[in-house]
Amino acid sequence: MSLAKITQVKALALAVPGDDIDTDRIIPARFLRCVTFDGLGEHAFRDERTGPDGKERPHPMNSAQAARIAAAKKGVMVVGFNFGCGSSREHAPQSIWRFGFTALVGGSFAEIFFGNSTTLGVPCVTLSKEDLAECDAFVRANPDVEVTVDVAQLTVSAGAKTWKASIAASARDGLVNGKWDPIADLLEGAEPVAKTAAGLAYVAGK
Amino acid sequence: MAKTLFQKVWEAHTVRKLPNGQTQLFIGTHLIHEVTSPQAFGMLRDLGLKVKYPHRTFATVDHIVPTNELKEPYSDPIAQEMIEALRKNTKDYGIRFFDTTTGTQGIVHMVGPEQGITQPGTTIACGDSHTATHGAFGAIAFGIGTTQVRDVLATQTLALSPLKVRRIEVNGKLAPGVYAKDVILHIIRVLGVNGGIGYAYEYAGTTFDGFSLEERMTVCNMSIEGGARCGYVNPDQKTFDYIKGKPYAPKAADWDAAVARWASFASDAGCQYDDVKVFKAEDIRPTVTWGITPGQAVFIDEKMPALETLNAADRQTAEDAYAHMKLAPNTPIKGTKVDVCFLGSCTNGRISDLREVAKYLKGRKVSPSVKAIVVPGSQLTAIQAVHEGLDKIYIEAGFEWRGAGCSMCLAMNPDKLVGDQLCASSSNRNFKGRQGSQTGRTVLMSPLMVAAAAITGQVTDAREVFTV
Repeated sequence: MSLAKITQVKALALAVPGDDIDTDRIIPARFLRCVTFDGLGEHAFRDERTGPDGKERPHPMNSAQAARIAAAKKGVMVVGFNFGCGSSREHAPQSIWRFGFTALVGGSFAEIFFGNSTTLGVPCVTLSKEDLAECDAFVRANPDVEVTVDVAQLTVSAGAKTWKASIAASARDGLVNGKWDPIADLLEGAEPVAKTAAGLAYVAGK
Repeated sequence: MAKTLFQKVWEAHTVRKLPNGQTQLFIGTHLIHEVTSPQAFGMLRDLGLKVKYPHRTFATVDHIVPTNELKEPYSDPIAQEMIEALRKNTKDYGIRFFDTTTGTQGIVHMVGPEQGITQPGTTIACGDSHTATHGAFGAIAFGIGTTQVRDVLATQTLALSPLKVRRIEVNGKLAPGVYAKDVILHIIRVLGVNGGIGYAYEYAGTTFDGFSLEERMTVCNMSIEGGARCGYVNPDQKTFDYIKGKPYAPKAADWDAAVARWASFASDAGCQYDDVKVFKAEDIRPTVTWGITPGQAVFIDEKMPALETLNAADRQTAEDAYAHMKLAPNTPIKGTKVDVCFLGSCTNGRISDLREVAKYLKGRKVSPSVKAIVVPGSQLTAIQAVHEGLDKIYIEAGFEWRGAGCSMCLAMNPDKLVGDQLCASSSNRNFKGRQGSQTGRTVLMSPLMVAAAAITGQVTDAREVFTV
């Protein structure tokens, strides 16, 4: 299985502010009533975007900028801290990715969300609190300027600005080497896996 | 060298180092349910892969299955479709399925312990963030995404990086009316909802030593709410006693060897922790959430925080929370009107929870303004409760007695809040919209506090309603 090497994502960006945005808010549970991930993109942040009366609410995901990203099928979402906390539902990063976002920049990410995103080939990089605030402000003020998330160089840049970014070394390695989906590596280990299994009494049936 | 349980389990299950620096970790036990597994089986078929160790995966249905309708076909065709998909997938691949017809179905985190599948020193994974529950037995248990469910099905391994270990010690005796749920809500309140990122939580101290396995499960269950991907308690005699005699427990000659092995996984005296936090049991009072994250909590007799006491970031989330909850800063939460009471979930839907509440509920009545439901987490729990006559106590008090499942914890089923109803809930998440209504409001609390809310129609201090 050959995967694209994801060294850089250069795209228009959208700021979706707030800390502790949980995966129920990203994709409400009623959209988990499905046996495929198809069609989840249009429901990303559904209840944040649409009021109980069915009318659109003011939300970044309802903006013209979001529509441009959806049309381009590439975009950078700039978020806050502890993004993606709560439920492990992969439906959350699936919905963001299927909406059109191909990279996320934030203060911190919940671990399960981070892993689920990386496995989709969507890098989630972090900036320091000060840099994130600057990046967020820049993105709002300059909607037409593309933001570059450089996974190889560990920077986020836009216009004349460059911020130092971080991402777990293993995720960076997987993305830049086109091995962000680990299945091929895991399958290769079948022999040592069998050996480990044989050494575990409860697995070997003892 | 002295090691933590986490390190020992990690080492025993390490297959090899992957090229990206992660560890290929063997997953001894894989638990699946109807909501996060169908796509994984789809991926498996697309890639032409088989289930590598079918006897190490166990399935049940819990998330979408209705609890008010026990006969099939369900009136919800999607629920029917999802249960059928799991039946087909488990049959096609030879996976043991604790189906609704077996008397052993239930919330996946209850089925594992009930069957004796959950054992110390093992690795467990499940496509559900509350998998940390199994850590109560001294297992290292991870919540995973659907693509990772595929990885486990195909290889029985995951690509993971090791976690740091934070020891959270709680010492002393909890006051009457204070429960394991209050302990974990308090820990999350103090350490924050993101305080655990990068850590496994080791819960220890005399309070945990005294806890039953079910109380330990309540705490480990909510580790993820504190940002920790897994949490555990070192195994002890109570752990072994709980497992003994369960269907999948080691039998006869294997038992003693298993116990010796399990005990050897406990953290060594003098091992190094990346961090240590210490709490006193007597400082903890009944705790309730007031906001939209589990960390936004106060003791029942405290006021909710004034905005000016919070730092800028917390203040923004708090403003959002107060607006959603329709509550006012710097006022007591006690006395807030309650519309719905939910007793259940993988946090607090076990037999000990049902027994504890029933003890006090006998002879009391649910307020006419409240809809109260009690949902045993598993069929075995429900059967045991009925055997003890607990169902009658709940029904006489005015609770609806339901079948087993996740129910109103995540509202993928017919159990949902309506409009801006406020729910006193023994579950684990108070996120916006979590209980099925976009404007619905959730106040998390212990099961006895839920019962007190049901009786009074308000968020109440259970210690004033019952003689605890």
